[in-house]
Amino acid sequence: MNQPLDAGKLSEGETGCERWQREYAASVGSAKPVRNRSGIEVRPLYTPQDWHGDYAADLGYPGQPPYTRGIYASMHRGRTWSQRQLIGLGTPLDYNARLLDMIDQGTTAVSLIPCNSVFRGYDMDEVHAELLGTCGVVVNTAEHMDQCLAGVDLARTSCAMNDPSPFTLLAFLLATAKKRGSDWRAISGTSNQSDYLSHFVANHMFFRIALPGARRILTDHIEFCNRHLPNWNPMSVVGQHMQQAGATPAEAMAFTLSSAIQYAEDCGARGMRPDAFLPRFTFFFDISVSLFEEIAKFRAGRRIWARITRERFGACDPRSWRFKFHGQTSGVDLTRQQPLNNVARVTIQAMAGIFGGLQSLHTDAYDEALSCPTEFGARIAVNTQNILREEAHLTDVIDPLGGSYYIESLTDAMEQKILGIMAQVEAAGGMYLAVEQGLVQKMIGASARGFQEQIESGEQTLVGVNAYQVEEGKSERQALPAPDPAKMQAHLAAFKAYKEQRSQAAVRTAQERLASAAGDTQQNIFERVVEAAEAGCTHGEICATLRRELGFGQPLVMV
Amino acid sequence: MIAHPPKVLVTKIGLDGHDRGSRVVASFLRDAGMEVVYTPPWQDIPAVVKLAMEEDVDVIGVSSLATDHLIVPKLMQALGAAGLADIAVIVGGIVPDADEAMLREAGVARVFHPGSALDEIAAEIGRLTRARRALNA
Repeated sequence: MNQPLDAGKLSEGETGCERWQREYAASVGSAKPVRNRSGIEVRPLYTPQDWHGDYAADLGYPGQPPYTRGIYASMHRGRTWSQRQLIGLGTPLDYNARLLDMIDQGTTAVSLIPCNSVFRGYDMDEVHAELLGTCGVVVNTAEHMDQCLAGVDLARTSCAMNDPSPFTLLAFLLATAKKRGSDWRAISGTSNQSDYLSHFVANHMFFRIALPGARRILTDHIEFCNRHLPNWNPMSVVGQHMQQAGATPAEAMAFTLSSAIQYAEDCGARGMRPDAFLPRFTFFFDISVSLFEEIAKFRAGRRIWARITRERFGACDPRSWRFKFHGQTSGVDLTRQQPLNNVARVTIQAMAGIFGGLQSLHTDAYDEALSCPTEFGARIAVNTQNILREEAHLTDVIDPLGGSYYIESLTDAMEQKILGIMAQVEAAGGMYLAVEQGLVQKMIGASARGFQEQIESGEQTLVGVNAYQVEEGKSERQALPAPDPAKMQAHLAAFKAYKEQRSQAAVRTAQERLASAAGDTQQNIFERVVEAAEAGCTHGEICATLRRELGFGQPLVMV
Repeated sequence: MIAHPPKVLVTKIGLDGHDRGSRVVASFLRDAGMEVVYTPPWQDIPAVVKLAMEEDVDVIGVSSLATDHLIVPKLMQALGAAGLADIAVIVGGIVPDADEAMLREAGVARVFHPGSALDEIAAEIGRLTRARRALNA
C-alpha cells in the first residue's frame, strides 16, 4: 500500500527519516527479516547513517591499498578482464583443433582441463574406457602436451592448467618448451587447482596423496616456480570448490583467505621471503546469483588480503598486496528446468563478478545442468561476456557501485562475517588443522543442507524448480560434444605403443630419483617430477610413485 | 506398511568426486528415518556390489555429476551376476536425456535430475523397497 509522498501525515517536527520509517512500517508491517545467503540481515534502505568508514583508510583509490575499489589504477577501463573459457575434451588432437579455432576467434590465453582420470592420478589404460575424455582432454605424457599445444607459441601465450598436485601438466609443458627450445623464463600462466586443501574439503577430484605429502609437494612446487619460472603463478587459492559444495559466500571467502594464510606460512617456514612468493598468489572464486552479496564479498576479500599481507606477513611490494582473482559463474545455481532461464542467471552472476573487480572470468553455458556444454551453449556464454563489456558499458567506470550506502555497509558486514569465520579457523590451529579435524567440512555440509531446506520449504524461490514451473517436453537439443570412440581407441593404442618404445632405463632411473626425493626433505619433489616428465614417464607412473612413497589420501567425508 | 525402514546405499562410482548431492541426499534420507549406508566417492563397482550384499540394502542410489553414469550399466551387470538383481538402483545427478533411456534399458529403476524434491526421492525409495520386499517375501 504505497502512498504518495505528500499524502502522509507529517507530524510536528518529524524528520524525513522518521517519516520514511513510519510510512514503510505502515505499508509493510512487521515483515520477516531478510537475510542474504551468508546470513547477514539486509535492511530495506541504506542511508548515510549506515556507513561510518573512513574513505582513505577503508576505500581509497583503485590501485592503492586497501584496494577495496580495485587492485589496479585503471581496472577494466584500462584492460578488461580476460575471457578464460575452460576447454578440454577428447584426445590431444581434438583439443588442439578446438584451441586453434578459439585462437583464430581472438582467444589469447590457453586453458586446459584434463580428463577426470588425469585429475585422479591415473593413465588412460588404468580406468573405464567409457569415461575417457568425456570431461576433459586425456593428457598422460609430455608428447600429449606437445600435441595439445601444437602451433601455439609458448613464449607468448598464457597457459592456465587445471593441474592439481603433483603438477604433472606443468611438468609436461616444461618438457615441451625445452624440446621446442622455448625459454622457461618466458612461460606464463597459472597452476589452477594447486590448492590441495580445497580438494580435501570440497571437490574430491584428486588427492590420492595424503595431506602431509600434498602439503610438501605444493611448497616444493612454489619454490621451484619462484626459482625457474618468473612469469608463472604456482598458487591458485580456490574458494570456488567450497562454495559449489555448499559454503555460503562469506564462508567461501573466509576459508579461501585462511588457506592462503596457511600456504604463505608454509612458504615462510621454508625460508622464502613474502615478497618473493606473494606476488604470484592468485585466487579463484565462485560467483552466485546473489548479486550484491557477491560484489561485497569480493570487495571485502580484497581489503582483508591487503591488510593481512602487510600486517601479518610484512610484505612491502605492492604486488604482494593485490588480490588477483578469476571468477566462475556458479553452476549450482543453474537449473535443468527451463534451461534457457540460465542465460539470465549467468548474466547476473557475471555482472556480480565484474562489479566485484575480477581479473578474469569464465561464464557457464546455460546447458551445464543438463550435460557438458554444447557448442551452442558455449557460444552464448562467451557472448554474454561480450555483451556485458561492449553493449552494456560495464567497463566505463571503475567500481561503479562504490559509495553506495548499501554496498559499503554490506562490504563492511561481509568483512566482519568473514573475519569471524577466519577466527574460528585460526582457533583450530589454522586451515590445515581445521581441515584435518573436519571443522571446515562440517560447516560446509551444514550450509549445503540449510540451503537445500530453504529450497524445499519454498523460502528460497528457484524459478522453474519450486515456482513458476511449466510442463516441459524433452528438449530439442544439439548433439553433445562426445569424444569419438575410434579416435580415443587410436589414442589409447598409440599410448601403449609409446610406453613400449621409450627408453625403459631412463624411465626407471627417473622414477627412482622421484621416489628418493619423496623420502628426503632436502630435495625438491617437483624438480624430480619435471625430470621424470622429460625422461618419458607417464602421468600415472609419476602419481603412482608418489602415492606409494607419500601415502594414499582418503577423502575426508562426513554426512 | 514396511516393518523396518528402507535401507539405502548412497554411493558414487567412477572418477568424479563432486559429492554435495550425495551428501545432502544421504543426510536427508537418514533424517527421514531410513537406514543409510554412505560411501565416499570413487568406489569400484565390485566394492559397491560387495557392500550392497553384506549390508542387504533395498536400494542403491548412485550420484553422478561428471559422466560416471556411463558405467552404471556395468554395475547393473555386476549386481545381476552376483544374484542381486532384486536390489533397485536409482541414479541422481546430471544425466543427458539420451543417456537416461540407456540407463533405463540397463535396468535402472529411476533417474533423478537436478531440482528433484527430496520428498520425491524418499517416496520412490519407499515404493522400490516395498516392491523388493514383496518379491522376496
